Amino acid sequence: MSGALVSTDVLVIGGGLAGERCAIEAAAAGHDVLILSLVPPRRSHSCAAQGGMQASLANCVKADGDNPTLHFLDTVRGSDWGADQEVARIFAEEAQIAVRELAHFGVPWTRVRGGKNSYFIKGERVEIEESIENDGLIMHRDFGGTAKWRACYAAAGTGHAVLYAVDSEVIRLGVTVRDRTEAVELIHDGSRCWGAVARCLRTGEHYPILAKATVIATGGYGRIYGQFTTNATINEGMGAAIALNTGVVPLGNMEAVQFHPTGLIPSGILLTEGCRGDGGYLLNRDLHRFMVELEPHKQELASRDVVSRHMAQQMRDGKGVETPYGPHLWLDIRHLGEEHVTTKLREVFDITRDFVGLHPAHDLIPVRPTQHYSMGGVRVNKDGEAYNLAGLFAAGEAACWDMHGFNRLGGNSLAETIVAGRIVGRSVVSHAEGFSLDAKTGLAFEANRHAESRAEEWLGRSGDGPNVFELRDAMATTMMDKVGIFRTGEELREGVDELHTLLGECDRAVLRSKVPGMNPELTFALRLKNMLRLALVTAEGALARTESRGAHYRTDYPLRNDAEWLNRTLVRWPVDAPEPNYSYEPVGLIDLPPGHRGYGSDERIELTVSVDDYNGDVDEKQREHGKLDTVEPIGTRIQWGAWEQAV
Amino acid sequence: MTARTTQAGRRLRFEIFRYNPEDPESAPHMQTFELDETPYMSIFIALNEIREKQDPSLQYDFACRSAICGSCGMMVNGRPSLGCRTLTSDLPDVIKLHPLPVFKLIGDLSVDTGTWFREMVEKTEGWIHAQEAFDPDAQEARMDDDTAAAIYENDRCIECGCCVASCGAANVNEEFLGPAGLNRIARFAMDPRDERDDADWFEVVSSQDGVFGCIGLMACHDICPKELPLLEVYGYLRRKALSSAMSRRS
Repeated sequence: MSGALVSTDVLVIGGGLAGERCAIEAAAAGHDVLILSLVPPRRSHSCAAQGGMQASLANCVKADGDNPTLHFLDTVRGSDWGADQEVARIFAEEAQIAVRELAHFGVPWTRVRGGKNSYFIKGERVEIEESIENDGLIMHRDFGGTAKWRACYAAAGTGHAVLYAVDSEVIRLGVTVRDRTEAVELIHDGSRCWGAVARCLRTGEHYPILAKATVIATGGYGRIYGQFTTNATINEGMGAAIALNTGVVPLGNMEAVQFHPTGLIPSGILLTEGCRGDGGYLLNRDLHRFMVELEPHKQELASRDVVSRHMAQQMRDGKGVETPYGPHLWLDIRHLGEEHVTTKLREVFDITRDFVGLHPAHDLIPVRPTQHYSMGGVRVNKDGEAYNLAGLFAAGEAACWDMHGFNRLGGNSLAETIVAGRIVGRSVVSHAEGFSLDAKTGLAFEANRHAESRAEEWLGRSGDGPNVFELRDAMATTMMDKVGIFRTGEELREGVDELHTLLGECDRAVLRSKVPGMNPELTFALRLKNMLRLALVTAEGALARTESRGAHYRTDYPLRNDAEWLNRTLVRWPVDAPEPNYSYEPVGLIDLPPGHRGYGSDERIELTVSVDDYNGDVDEKQREHGKLDTVEPIGTRIQWGAWEQAV
Repeated sequence: MTARTTQAGRRLRFEIFRYNPEDPESAPHMQTFELDETPYMSIFIALNEIREKQDPSLQYDFACRSAICGSCGMMVNGRPSLGCRTLTSDLPDVIKLHPLPVFKLIGDLSVDTGTWFREMVEKTEGWIHAQEAFDPDAQEARMDDDTAAAIYENDRCIECGCCVASCGAANVNEEFLGPAGLNRIARFAMDPRDERDDADWFEVVSSQDGVFGCIGLMACHDICPKELPLLEVYGYLRRKALSSAMSRRS
């Protein structure tokens, strides 16, 4: 079942926005580009980003005075200082260009309507006069955790509109896409990556692809939480897994997992932050608006981790509505009115009507926090190149670049896909020049045989071992119950033990079906061990991190601890080793000193060294952990002290 | 909560089309599965239940499971539908599932919409045609918000293929652009950023494979899961084709 060798200049694994934007850059520079995608690219999970894309264009009244520095500040504060601040700065600067470029690609951004407009702000209807001068520029809306209205949006389908525009550009450039294809193993020699082994999801056939540069852009790993996630069924984290399986590439901050406040009961489908941005309320069982007293300033618009935790606490305190699917709370957008709900929040209207049979202008919507976003991923330098493995890159949610630290702000992920796609695309272009692939065919076929043997091994097992789908469900329950919104050492230890047991069970699991072709059960079985490995490093990372930071909340260590934990977790799993290795690197150069986020608790354990001392050996320490050379040296993009004028 | 009610204790009978082209021993046939209905059960929930508990070889496609990615178009009791948002509570006790026609079969309920839609985009050149290169230092070009909203309205197509499967013309004429293709043309034709003029559109719109290939059954308009205004789209394109033909004459 082995196919012929394919070779290309640039191999992009993942056909979502980050991968496609990267492919555009490389194809426009004249390189041969091949995209592999589990699904036709327009069906990627990027399409689900309903709410918006952050960029500080400052086009409407409530965005007046906004600029990249404020965007940078919000991003770093949102990250709870876990972000690489240079990357956050690069991002905030280039997000503006990214949004405008998308207008050029055809995104129908919602525009400023000069004159009198009526908005909902913190639940009140407010009349605002937009300047005629700005009429027709890209409009902004409010989103959680930002100082200004900054999210650019295309009605309620931003991700869809952006994905279609970007994919149109990919097709215009004639980029080859192999959909229904999965990258199952990286081809590498321990210091350089030379492509990947692909498995065709039409036929089940494996074949090697040699590439001068390889990009992982496979999105997040939310499905390690099973059905307790807003993520699509395809977000199983296989890009991060194949990087981890090299034994040399570290994953960063895998314990940094974001939960979204408003997953729809019972399916977990995301209801956009725009619901709250536009003035929606959260209510408990008694129809009490609890966020008003818990977060008087930001109310429902505090950052996601803060809102999710308050919601989880309400449910723990018995203030949730009990149902056969567990407790939930209510989202109330009735006061926004029929017209607003059916136009500006149309996707929300469609989802509630179609999946729970409710009308959001008349009914309360049942919601609960669910896993939403993976801040962790393949650790890369500021050019997007993986630690320890030249020629391998990562972009978007699959990467730990790392602009989100321990918490991502709403609308920053969509912006990251395009900004990182552009930047990684440029890195890939310079990398794809001047390498010969001729000598690497042996390596490619060896990796291909290795991947094939895994499938053969599964097909060869017999007897009455466990069922792969039951193991997946057990993993999901462990992750949600023991590695969820509230974390304690005791529960995390139990979670780690359970995941170890499941890894053992996975080696005994048996397929029920051995049909030829792609065989859906085999396809999932091949991913299961990878998912369990990702789950284990997430749980162990969370157990080791004895502090609370961003979305990582330890009830037994409730304070952020900058004295000991102002760092990034790196995990490598050497080939054939029984256990992964954990190490810690500095978060990056610090421009904005650690402080209060502006919401949540402002108690914390302070940094014991000066910022200058912290910054002194960042580069050296990161290099020790495998960081490769960047085009520009570290720190060149930081605008030192620019934030001081903004606070 | 005014949630949909489920008829208590219903035992559902699923009759599902089966064929695995990769298996020389497989031949097209219908296979029956039975399931107890649960609240909020959708075709997504039901098929997963069948695959995981009864027959793990069953092939079908879901990704977002929230009716935005367009992966799960299939025939549900003869009607092209998105499986993820079709609730069993809206269906009778016997539920027949077939793959969408027109598209190439991959296996069981799974069809190759990806290749079809890529070819459609290539044929219609479904991208913005603009001479000027992007200037990263310039402010964005202005657009009236009503225009943006109108483009968005047509841009909402999720390429699920339900309209194509329901289309009398697409089922007999392989070259027909189909409702989704015509909608795609309208989306770009109304976009002021696209510099193609009526004459550029004329060839692709006005042939038997374009808007005049439509035989007027309008099933597409009735079944579109995104409720796209396809009737208006054809009106718009026919008017465009006519005005272009008139101006050619004069």
